[in-house]
Amino acid sequence: MIERAFIGRARSQLWLAALLIPIGVGLACYLRQFERGLAITGMGRDVIWGFYVAQFTFLVGVAASAVMVVAPFYLHQSREFARIVILGEFLAVAAVLLCILHIFVDLGQPARVLNVLIHPAPGSVMFWDMVVLSGYLVLNLVIGWTCLDCERNGAKPPGWVKPLIYLSIPWAVGIHTVTAFLYCGLPGRGLWLTALLAPRFLSSAFASGPALLVLICLALKRFAGFDAGEAGLRKLTVTVAYAMAANLFFIALEFFTAFYSGIPGHRRDLQYLFFGLDGHTAMVPWMWTSLTLMAASIPLLVASLRRRSMRILAVACSLVFVSTWIDKGLGLIAGGLAVSPLETVVDYAPTAPEVLISVGIYASGALILTLLYRIVLSVRSDADHGSAALGADS
Amino acid sequence: MLKLSLLAAAGLARTRPLFASLASVRPEDVLEPGAALKAGRWAMVIDVRKCLAATDCPDDCARACRSEHNVPEIGDTRHEVKWLWREPGEHLFPGELDQFRGGELSRRRLPALCNHCANPPCTRVCPTGATFSRPDGIVVMDPHRCIGCRFCMAACPYGSRSFNWEDPRPHLKAVNPDYPTRTKGVVEKCTFCDERLAKGRPPACVEACKYKAMSFGDLKDAKSPVAALLRDNYSIRRKPELGTQPAVYYVI
Repeated sequence: MIERAFIGRARSQLWLAALLIPIGVGLACYLRQFERGLAITGMGRDVIWGFYVAQFTFLVGVAASAVMVVAPFYLHQSREFARIVILGEFLAVAAVLLCILHIFVDLGQPARVLNVLIHPAPGSVMFWDMVVLSGYLVLNLVIGWTCLDCERNGAKPPGWVKPLIYLSIPWAVGIHTVTAFLYCGLPGRGLWLTALLAPRFLSSAFASGPALLVLICLALKRFAGFDAGEAGLRKLTVTVAYAMAANLFFIALEFFTAFYSGIPGHRRDLQYLFFGLDGHTAMVPWMWTSLTLMAASIPLLVASLRRRSMRILAVACSLVFVSTWIDKGLGLIAGGLAVSPLETVVDYAPTAPEVLISVGIYASGALILTLLYRIVLSVRSDADHGSAALGADS
Repeated sequence: MLKLSLLAAAGLARTRPLFASLASVRPEDVLEPGAALKAGRWAMVIDVRKCLAATDCPDDCARACRSEHNVPEIGDTRHEVKWLWREPGEHLFPGELDQFRGGELSRRRLPALCNHCANPPCTRVCPTGATFSRPDGIVVMDPHRCIGCRFCMAACPYGSRSFNWEDPRPHLKAVNPDYPTRTKGVVEKCTFCDERLAKGRPPACVEACKYKAMSFGDLKDAKSPVAALLRDNYSIRRKPELGTQPAVYYVI
């Protein structure tokens, strides 16, 4: 089946070739970082994590969001997702790989990464994050691959896949919860020290991930002639809208607790992000853009459902994706670390090589996703032709 | 080793340099079991009254620490490595010092270092066990096992850990050959001078302060200087509300 990954139309091959450019640039930048150290990034002794860890966090959410198609399809027999569920599972596979790569490039001593397995520390959330992420990768790869292979052979999936599928549902919630635990178990980091962090992570993930899936489906329809079905997209849109509403509600809750209690340790990080602190206002326009786009996306999502407009849907899902990316991919880490343990405010901005390394990683994810989706599309196209032929016969 | 001795026995190896290097080991470098300082719980007491009185303090504690442990002096504040340094009181005790009697304390620079917490968040989060607490309470760091994830730095509420964002060695003016230098990509921190305690000597900062503002000893020994100081004076610790139980006390 894997050979299908390497067969594609000229436009598709060109797309893969184009992806090699940012991958090469990112690799070159990474080699420089490997030699010089993380000093080439914008991080420092106060803002000790930056763009890489933020992308990791955002992408764990994208990976986890596959559950938003897997659970309805397998638990509630939502047939609308019949053509989308494999896309969601393979998106999760690519997203987890992106997570792992972003953590890898963030390490000061990447050659020692296996120390996490050689000297396991069960008391460390990072150890468990590694366990749940690799487990989730394997689950989605095995489930997706097996089901697709059966579809290709016109057979029913084997019985042992079902328990794995059921396991993958809580596991998806688990990966983002454990990722939230990385942050919300740390004393003295006011923005993160909230039990609401995991629910917030999940709600924004269940908005951004399905929104990305909608955008991917629209792109596949336009560029690859693959129709995921309008019903499935509409159902996904409803998911995105509810998740975004929950996300906004959670953000409002954080604001109330922080500002009404007035406790400096809880208030100042949100103040830094949304209003500026001690003259440091770098994040303010970003955060308000994010909040505005989040708020604007909900009526647009509803409008796209009412008018059955794919164009409005594309715009709405783009807003969701961009706004949640700013929130998690920029604000979460910079905001959580801006006020140092010694009460100084430190702005963070990624450097060009830092961004290029991350872009290179994203491009490699797009490459992997393209190869996986080629297999899906090729199997589906055979199946469609087969059933069309059968239909003609009868 | 076996190969070496075989070669030596066969008279094939030039054994002279090997023996010469053994002869150059000074007696004080060899650890004698009885000589090491031991404690049930090591602690430090900083007498802030003495720090405040020393208006011309030459920063000897920080200097001694830097030269003893090959701590680099990096110009870029973002990439600084700090084991022990002096910091305005308001940064050490945010929200604790009032504007009346606490005014001078807020402005003046006081020693800051790892608190060697009894309940350290940094060791809890380390994914490889590269940093851990010794039974005597010292939080130590194995830079050879450290993968450089900086989770310990995110967990430390005192900013007492440093990462080598670049190779620290070009930033060393002089190298103390008795202490290892570090490499890029690992975390490092104050170790309460465990290497000196093993040789029966107090921490370098304690020894260097000519105002005798820093005391070091066993908290579990009622006769130790730190126990006596804490019994007779009012002391505060950094961010006690976080439950980390620092072993560095500030007498005010």
